[in-house]
Amino acid sequence: MVKLRTLYEKIWDAHVVERRPDGTCLIYIDRHLVHEVTSPQAFEGLRLAGRKVRRPDLTLAVPDHNLPTTARRDAAGNRIPIADPESAQQLAALERNAPEFGVRLIGDADPEQGIVHVIGPEQGFTLPGTTLVCGDSHTSSHGALGALAFGIGTSEVEHVLATQTLLLKQSKTMEVVVEGELGFGVTPKDVALAICGRIGTAGGTGYVMEYRGSVFRDMSVEGRLTVANMSIEAGARSGLFAPDEKTFAYLEGRPMAPRGEAWDAAVAWWKTLHTDEGAVFDKTVVIDAADISPSVTWGTSPEDVVPVTGVVPDPESFADASKRAAAQKSLDYMGLSAGQRMEDVAVEHIFIGSCTNSRIEDLRAAAALLQGRRIADSIKHAMVVPGSGLVKRQAEAEGLDRIFTAAGFEWREPGCSACLGMNPDRVPAGERCASTSNRNFMGRQGPGSRTHLVSPIMAAAAAITGRLTDVREWMDKKEGVAA
Amino acid sequence: MEKLTSVEGRAYPFGMKNVDTDIVIPAHWLKTISRAGLGRGAFEVLRKEPGNVFDDPEYAGSPILIAGDNFGCGSSREHAAWALGDLGIRVVIAPSFSDIFSGNAFKNGILTVVLPQEAIDRLMEVAKTDPIHVDLESQTVTTEFQDRFGFDIDPFRKHCLLGGLDEIGLTLDEADVIDRYEAQVAGERPWLVPAIA
Ligand code: SF4
Repeated sequence: MVKLRTLYEKIWDAHVVERRPDGTCLIYIDRHLVHEVTSPQAFEGLRLAGRKVRRPDLTLAVPDHNLPTTARRDAAGNRIPIADPESAQQLAALERNAPEFGVRLIGDADPEQGIVHVIGPEQGFTLPGTTLVCGDSHTSSHGALGALAFGIGTSEVEHVLATQTLLLKQSKTMEVVVEGELGFGVTPKDVALAICGRIGTAGGTGYVMEYRGSVFRDMSVEGRLTVANMSIEAGARSGLFAPDEKTFAYLEGRPMAPRGEAWDAAVAWWKTLHTDEGAVFDKTVVIDAADISPSVTWGTSPEDVVPVTGVVPDPESFADASKRAAAQKSLDYMGLSAGQRMEDVAVEHIFIGSCTNSRIEDLRAAAALLQGRRIADSIKHAMVVPGSGLVKRQAEAEGLDRIFTAAGFEWREPGCSACLGMNPDRVPAGERCASTSNRNFMGRQGPGSRTHLVSPIMAAAAAITGRLTDVREWMDKKEGVAA
Repeated sequence: MEKLTSVEGRAYPFGMKNVDTDIVIPAHWLKTISRAGLGRGAFEVLRKEPGNVFDDPEYAGSPILIAGDNFGCGSSREHAAWALGDLGIRVVIAPSFSDIFSGNAFKNGILTVVLPQEAIDRLMEVAKTDPIHVDLESQTVTTEFQDRFGFDIDPFRKHCLLGGLDEIGLTLDEADVIDRYEAQVAGERPWLVPAIA
């Protein structure tokens, strides 16, 4: 009898180069994305050891984390220098290393440039059933297309560059099942936050997740990218969606996706990539779609989630002592107190962007809410940072940029931006940001910054009122503003 | 990679839980293009607090760090391991680690030791006054007070740490196995290449 396997086990088995007696496997890597932050020391290591890149043809490099999101070329087409010398140095290192090692580089001002996790799927570089790695923890995003994708550190980047393989132990499997129908105003981001809240930031450690159930089947590929992106915030290095017709429709015709007969052969194999009926997961988490609300975070961990209509929890309400201490610390940092209504929390900054929520559907949804409206006077700064140059162009073709700028938002060049305090886009100390990114850690958006994670439409609603806001009050049921 | 057989010395009695890699090394330190010199940024935010263990002369240069649950969670940045290494830390002991962090630590010759909370509590006590001994060969953590805690470690990792073996070199020795795999897949899933248009 054939062994019943989960999707993860099928992809894993297809990539075992060699199995060691202790269970460690040498796993082949089909796709490798490289960016400027985690690669300089890897290339440095290759150079010092006199090694080369084994498969430059499976490797794609793009800068994203350090780039300012303001114009990168002047009218004459000359590079506008990057003010921060260290940012400039990392960018220069990538621009030196890629050609030296024969790796294809998407340049900082190329139309395809963008956040590494946005451009992989967008270019069709990410494919179902492949193993894909990148020196960045949100590589889990690519699992939305059915790729076994996970973040690696720089030593592993170097190992993949040199050998196209990694030494890995098979993970345990966890199914995350969300059945039912999402309520009005509830977006994939709220689903992702609900999962973090339920599982906790360490709950998925050691597991590869598979997202199953009607909510995920019905979800668009872009929504799935948002959910898979945050798998790592629940501790899981990877989160998978079984590829389906939506996946194929999304990928067909993308620049780097197979074509013609190759496409047909690929689809035939991809159709075998689903968990066998009766295969067993090591752990199952079930969430009822009806229990998920438009959500916000109150603390400094993505698991610190409440419905926007809720209140800041009392640290004393946590069962374990370390959680109580952590919650108190979070509240001190966030400048919040127990029992405070989330909807009374004023924000000064709005950030719509990051690899979690910077694709065209995210921008359309936020723009639909902002159409004909203005940001509150109390908002000091609101910005939209498209995930890639192609998203930006598409949005401009649809007139979304004009809706955002008319509402008082800045419309920026693609990059990681205010998702992390690494480029000029930062939230000042002590100030508060409603952000569509994935991490609300202390200092994440700049030293002392206070982050509330929300969906794009919740960010838009907060922009209008100047405080965390239940987006449902601003949505017209009849007009069916996209969630 | 530097060999690691046994480590004896004072330990930072840190103990904090859910220490993410932003705490170990804040994002603005990620802009380096070399591995050396990151120790100066290690625990930068915590070191602004008076009385923190990292600036306490009592523990200066300790080769061991004792931490709480889920150490190294958050971003996959390997700079966290480099920063600890640059600070002189060779062993981190905690009740649990994030997968990514322990992998990164190992690749940089840092041993992560998982021990139950009771053992951690005891070691935190000892660390305040006395040295701790970690022996990789026998997989034990011992103190001068007859404490003896055994720990598990992946045999391959142990082998590499003991011998100071470089993982990439070991894998490249098996290039023929990788060649065979590539040839086989080229037949089964030819659509995988070209990856880049
Ligand atoms: S957008 Fe944020 S989370 Fe995504 S890759 Fe960039 S820094 Fe990382």
